[in-house]
Amino acid sequence: MNKTVLTVDDSRTMRDMLKHSLLKAGFRVLQAEDGLDGLEVLKTEQPDVIVTDLNMPRLDGFGFIEAIRRHIDHKSMPVLVLTTEVDSEKKSRAKAAGATGWIVKPFDPVKLVDAIRRVAA
Amino acid sequence: MDPMEEIRETFFQECNEQLGELETGLLHMQAETQSADTVNAVFRAVHSIKGGAGIFGLDGLVRFAHAFETTLDSVRCGRMVSTPTVMLTLLRAADVLADLVHAARENTIFSEEQTSGLIGELTKLNQESAESSLQFATIVNAPAPTLAPSHAHNWQITFCPHPELYAKANEPALLLRDLRRLGEVEVMLNASRLPELHQIDPDGAYLSWTIILKSECDEASVRDVFEFVEGDCDLSIIAMPVSTDMPDEPPAFFEGFEFFPSNPIEPVPILPTNEKLEITAKLDNSVAKQDSATTATIRVDLERVDRMIDLVGELVINEAMLSQRVLEAGIVRASGVAVALEELENLTREIQDSVMAIRAQPVRSVFQRMPRLVREVAAQTGKQVRLLTEGESTEVDKTVIERISDPLTHMIRNAIDHGLETPEVRRASGKPAEGTVRLAALHRSGRIVVEVADDGAGINRNRVKAKALENGLINADATLTDDEIDNLIFMPGFSTASAVTDISGRGVGMDVVRRSVQALGGRISISSKPGIGSTFTLSLPLTLAVLDGMVVTAATHTLIVPLGAILETLQPRANDVHPLDSKVRVLSLRGGYVPMVDVALALGYRSEAIEPTRSVALLVECEGGSQAVLLFDTIQSQRQVVIKSLEANYQAVPGIAAATVMGDGRVALILDVDSIVSTSRAESPRIESMRAVVTLMEAS
Amino acid sequence: MSQAFAPDVKARELIAFRIGQQEFCINIMAVREIRGWTVATALPHSPDYLRGVINLRGAVLPIIDLAIRLGLPSSEPTARNVIIVAQIGQQQIGLLVDAVSDILTLNEEHIQPTPDVASDLVKTFVRGLLPVEGRMISLLALDHVLPDHELEAA
Repeated sequence: MNKTVLTVDDSRTMRDMLKHSLLKAGFRVLQAEDGLDGLEVLKTEQPDVIVTDLNMPRLDGFGFIEAIRRHIDHKSMPVLVLTTEVDSEKKSRAKAAGATGWIVKPFDPVKLVDAIRRVAA
Repeated sequence: MDPMEEIRETFFQECNEQLGELETGLLHMQAETQSADTVNAVFRAVHSIKGGAGIFGLDGLVRFAHAFETTLDSVRCGRMVSTPTVMLTLLRAADVLADLVHAARENTIFSEEQTSGLIGELTKLNQESAESSLQFATIVNAPAPTLAPSHAHNWQITFCPHPELYAKANEPALLLRDLRRLGEVEVMLNASRLPELHQIDPDGAYLSWTIILKSECDEASVRDVFEFVEGDCDLSIIAMPVSTDMPDEPPAFFEGFEFFPSNPIEPVPILPTNEKLEITAKLDNSVAKQDSATTATIRVDLERVDRMIDLVGELVINEAMLSQRVLEAGIVRASGVAVALEELENLTREIQDSVMAIRAQPVRSVFQRMPRLVREVAAQTGKQVRLLTEGESTEVDKTVIERISDPLTHMIRNAIDHGLETPEVRRASGKPAEGTVRLAALHRSGRIVVEVADDGAGINRNRVKAKALENGLINADATLTDDEIDNLIFMPGFSTASAVTDISGRGVGMDVVRRSVQALGGRISISSKPGIGSTFTLSLPLTLAVLDGMVVTAATHTLIVPLGAILETLQPRANDVHPLDSKVRVLSLRGGYVPMVDVALALGYRSEAIEPTRSVALLVECEGGSQAVLLFDTIQSQRQVVIKSLEANYQAVPGIAAATVMGDGRVALILDVDSIVSTSRAESPRIESMRAVVTLMEAS
Repeated sequence: MSQAFAPDVKARELIAFRIGQQEFCINIMAVREIRGWTVATALPHSPDYLRGVINLRGAVLPIIDLAIRLGLPSSEPTARNVIIVAQIGQQQIGLLVDAVSDILTLNEEHIQPTPDVASDLVKTFVRGLLPVEGRMISLLALDHVLPDHELEAA
């Protein structure tokens, strides 16, 4: 059974790029456009890993992670955040919100898959 | 297409959307009608472009976007006030960002000097706030963190997770598995802190591990495995000599180890806590979505929509086939079958209209680009211009939108450059110094009408006439109405090199505008009043998916002639047909001569030309307004057809614009009138000389 | 809006068909459907092996007469002929053949190189040969079947 990754990003380019890299690595890919959309997906899907952007409209990455951690069914779901090298404060904020780990943008597909394997059971 | 190419394509599409949002947002900010949402959306647009640019290694674009984003962030956090000066710099930055995106798309080089000046300005604006944008470059180039080089080949790792580690969904077992990738591991579990079952807190952390890793890797690689859990565990990594199995020294604990070298603070807006709560409340009630700023839209692959349009097109065809069969079967028109069939027909048309509407988009995306154009042209010409837009939400097919951008750009340039007067001249004639260009879109009788109007001097008819004379477009003794004179500017060859200015010139004249509008099945006209201004009016079909056509037969083949190109149907009489040479014949028509083209011959359906008196003739208008007569065997009917691309699965065919599917399920070809006439012309040099005659006839 | 995607799956099945006495095959993954012959609308200024275009559920599908394309004897198609609808890159085309004969499972090492003695035409279109139960089946290079631009200009 292929592992399922939910990618949450408001940028279509980033979503396509993630989809491309993840499909190639054999993952099943779910997509959402922002935190609220991501929570919608979680109503019906149980992905193995979530990869989320931080800066998004409606519900940003921090709020999204906090919502996940508060939810009884999702609290132990690994969440990786997409962040840029300079965003070390954002990284700590994401960590404080409950992020499992992070992926530095622009991401290297190999490292992306490595990071996912590191957190996915 | 190569998937990376596709993603690149998506990126640039997305960039254009973001640039549109950016421009709109900045204009709102300038007009001081912004809200926090506007500033956030503006910030996100630039941020998003930066992120995508990073993927494709577009460093120049990343650098500029970063400087821009940093300044916007200062505004967003209230550290900087968006004064008019600041807004002008931001608007210019948006323009440069658009240029950079364009250059990246075209793979052209955009020199550093063009951006460095503006980066400097943005940085200067930013100096009051804590950091400068230059930090980005320094950070990117910062050396990798230096960790103690390792000579040892064995590592002893002590790993004691805190409850936080579990709360963030990290899993010690996976980390241990990851360690195995570095080398041979020996894992010892320490469960001494594990309480009695009834005392266990499910969210607690009770286990710790000691791991001996036999590997030649360096310490950084080991630490890398624990990257995500730093701060959420006690971790010690100790190098051991290869010979011993036990460490020489007791394990030390590394707490709060900072993997990243520097700590440049990127400003983060502090959201008021209640705002977050509000969101949460919404979530818990699972009403979600309703953000006043977002309309309920979905993004659908264009392919899916087009597939649906195809299917509906087929439904229309099947419905037509069924009607035909019912008719053939001799069923009475008043019968239940016929009535039900009529209802089906109405339903089908309705479905077709609704599906076509999915492809419709507001013209906003094109209109959004115009303020920048107006700024630029105004600056170049030294004129003062105010742009008014109306009907931005008027919808039309996506392809029409894409293809009217160039003609509109040209018309607006023209309106400012040729239409509006300089401020001095305007003042002298009692007008306000600032000229107005009005760009408006509206729906009128099943078409979209776009108007470009200026309040300038109007068309200088004497000059236009003189120039037309000079270029041999009209006779010296021609008597023309005002309207006819105004329309001369659309003639090919009117806008000659001598008339080309920097701004509206660019080697194209209004004839090119007219041709591209006609290629879309549209018409362009002008009305002008001296001293009051000129108005150009474009009328375009709402969709390119269907076409009104005349169904004709050429030899045994069924063809469709676009109705838009047909001026009238003729029945040539023998004494009106004059042979020009062995191949070419012309038809005398109201005192002029029009070349005739036997379409079946031109397409290779037969080898002998048809006798014109035994054919039906269609007088058509081609590019540049010239005329020709197309000969066919018979006319079958007039109907609306669904346009199918030949290029999707094959390639372009000379003389053929597209295809359609007829009621009998067979494919029929749609004639490309321009191409069939111009090909015949090219094959017969004598027709070239005819053009002058024909043109003259039109002009008089 | 959220969306889901499944990873690619690879298959190595081939579909074999007959033209006159000869057998050819193409990757089954490229085949979209198989249908009977219907009269095609001729395209002006097109190469001889292009039979014209037909309506395939609303899309315009060019039909290539593989016999003519491969330089084999051909005859006017009848209702017994078969059109194999194949996907080549972004395009779909119809291949006019006599009949579909077999579905084969292939291992890359089964493919024999095309012998040097073969004609240029064969070498252009045939990627390799497959011996199957005493028959010889030519593996077609599908992407070479579409008209190239020099031909179309003629």
